[in-house]
Amino acid sequence: MAKQPNKQDPETTGHSWDGIEEFNNPLPRWWLWTFYATIFWGIIYTIAYPAWPLVNKATAGLLGYSTRAEVANDIQSFADANAEIEAKLAAADLTTVSDDPELQSYARNAGAAVFRTNCSQCHGSGAAGSKGYPNLLDDDWLWGGDIEAIAHTVRHGIRNETDEAHYSQMPAFGEILSDEEIAQAVAYVQKLSGQDADAALAAAGETVFLDNCAACHMEDGTGDRAQGAPNLTDAIWLYGGDEATLTETITNSRFGVMPAWGPRLSDAEVNAVAAYVHQLGGGE
Amino acid sequence: MSNKPPIPASTTGIGDRPKRRSILDRHKVLEKNATLLLVFSFLVVSVGGIVEIAPLFYLENTIEEVDGVRPYSPLELTGRDVYVREGCYVCHSQMIRPMRDEVERYGHYSLAAESMYDHPFQWGSKRTGPDLARVGGRYSDEWHVDHLTDPQSVVPESVMPKYGFLSATLIDAEYTADLMRTHRIVGVPYTDEMIENAASDFAVQADPDADWEEMVERYPGAVVSNFDGAPGISEMDALIAYMQMLGTLVDFSTFTPDASR
Ligand code: HEC
Ligand code: HEC
Ligand code: HEC
Repeated sequence: MAKQPNKQDPETTGHSWDGIEEFNNPLPRWWLWTFYATIFWGIIYTIAYPAWPLVNKATAGLLGYSTRAEVANDIQSFADANAEIEAKLAAADLTTVSDDPELQSYARNAGAAVFRTNCSQCHGSGAAGSKGYPNLLDDDWLWGGDIEAIAHTVRHGIRNETDEAHYSQMPAFGEILSDEEIAQAVAYVQKLSGQDADAALAAAGETVFLDNCAACHMEDGTGDRAQGAPNLTDAIWLYGGDEATLTETITNSRFGVMPAWGPRLSDAEVNAVAAYVHQLGGGE
Repeated sequence: MSNKPPIPASTTGIGDRPKRRSILDRHKVLEKNATLLLVFSFLVVSVGGIVEIAPLFYLENTIEEVDGVRPYSPLELTGRDVYVREGCYVCHSQMIRPMRDEVERYGHYSLAAESMYDHPFQWGSKRTGPDLARVGGRYSDEWHVDHLTDPQSVVPESVMPKYGFLSATLIDAEYTADLMRTHRIVGVPYTDEMIENAASDFAVQADPDADWEEMVERYPGAVVSNFDGAPGISEMDALIAYMQMLGTLVDFSTFTPDASR
């Protein structure tokens, strides 16, 4: 049954559907004015900012705003603010950075940021590394731990496609030595690093080592930085010092690659991250 | 008193109004006919789309020509399919926004042209992991293998799932030419020569000892490597080939952005 109209009720729209009618309430004033204001705002906005598509360009807007210009300005304003110290860092003799407290502190902070962004995925967020990715906190260096050497490693990388990258390759001895000789070499390397090893195997391993490995790892097994051949006499391992890992390393060899950062980072950034790594604990 | 008809009682005049009918009064037809209502609702809703999307197809300043962008090589295209299948886009975006912090972290902001051969594009909308638009060349192939096999082995804090099974699935180029033809239908300029050589290009990219010069000529800048370090071509090879080319095609030392975008 249709509702009986009440005296206070507003007009209806005149529609009637199955006896149901609709009040014709006017919109609240505040709502209506807000609505008009948004339309007005919309028009002003499209005049001020790039908006209306025309024949082959859109209108540029009275304010001349552009996302690209804005990001370029933003980057430039920071570059300008740091220009002086960045130039100093880029040109600095790295060995003397630590004598200038201001430069040193800038390099350490900027270097820490560069490290977290670009290096932590491989070397770990705390620079402690993981299997195949060296720990940069200790004083065991594959390619050299003075600040110049670190900067060189960072700039050119290791075993990558670029020309100046550090390069060396340990042969895969699986094709050169018998299984027995490899087992002997493994035992000898374990003995070198102060682990328990089968004495007879290790004794036989010494000859294998001197014949095949000493050219790179040196006769005493302390390694050669010119070739990135690790020191095998300490307990610090890049890949691992247990029997299984050593056997795998010697049989199939390893080929640790680090990208060159010179093309991606500015000179100042390379120097900053080198200074940062250098002061982590192991710098020479 | 005048003879004018009485002013309608309702403010909008819909109630008791004089018999002059305007077009706005005819909405009853629409309201009573579901199909018409649907058609007209659709027209109204598409106005926004027409105004906002249609001009992008012809405005010169939205379609920027950029040197270096090329279609994906067969192996990269296959790797891209693995990427889509595994839902990597759910956690990774491929869209560096034009903001200082993003440019500092990931490199030059993405250009529209860089995803012009992506069907569908992989911009993504969620960053559980980092943006991958310029991940190419940033890490070594070995790192990608280590990381995809067990992300926590290299990044202990990572929440990324393990994808080691990709190494176990060997793939061939049986359907690669078809895939390229399909992409050609939607506008990727694969030439007949590219499609003819799909299978061999697919194989040589993962084999540095093969004759890959022609492949690199067809797809300049393609990285040739035994990506997963294991014999045979696996999904891992394809995915890493794709990772290693992301964002590497445009040479930003020679590119000058047009500021009016
Ligand atoms: C793709 C992974 C990866 C990334 C990213 C990476 N590195 Fe490395 N880095 C390596 C590997 C692998 C080695 C060891 C290579 C070898 O076996 O000789 C290495 C070695 C080094 C060394 C030499 C260590 C030594 O003992 O001589 C330094 C220094 C170094 N990295 C610093 C950095 C810095 C700084 C960054 C960031 C700008 C960085 N790395 C980014 C993988 C990486
Ligand atoms: C041509 C030079 C060369 C020769 C010869 C060589 N190595 Fe190496 N060795 C290297 C290099 C370089 C590395 C580092 C590989 C890397 O960083 O990826 C290495 C790494 C190793 C490692 C891994 C160390 C770690 O910290 O995990 C072991 C173990 C090893 N070599 C043992 C041997 C043994 C045993 C022989 C002889 C049978 C040998 N090497 C012969 C160059 C050589
Ligand atoms: C559950 C979300 C998730 C999924 C799905 C996922 N990832 Fe990730 N990914 C992450 C997170 C988080 C990180 C950052 C930590 C790390 O490096 O592992 C990451 C890091 C990465 C990185 C290193 C990026 C950089 O610049 O540091 C790559 C490359 C990558 N993922 C590739 C992939 C690929 C390829 C897939 C699909 C097979 C995938 N991810 C799927 C979450 C995810």
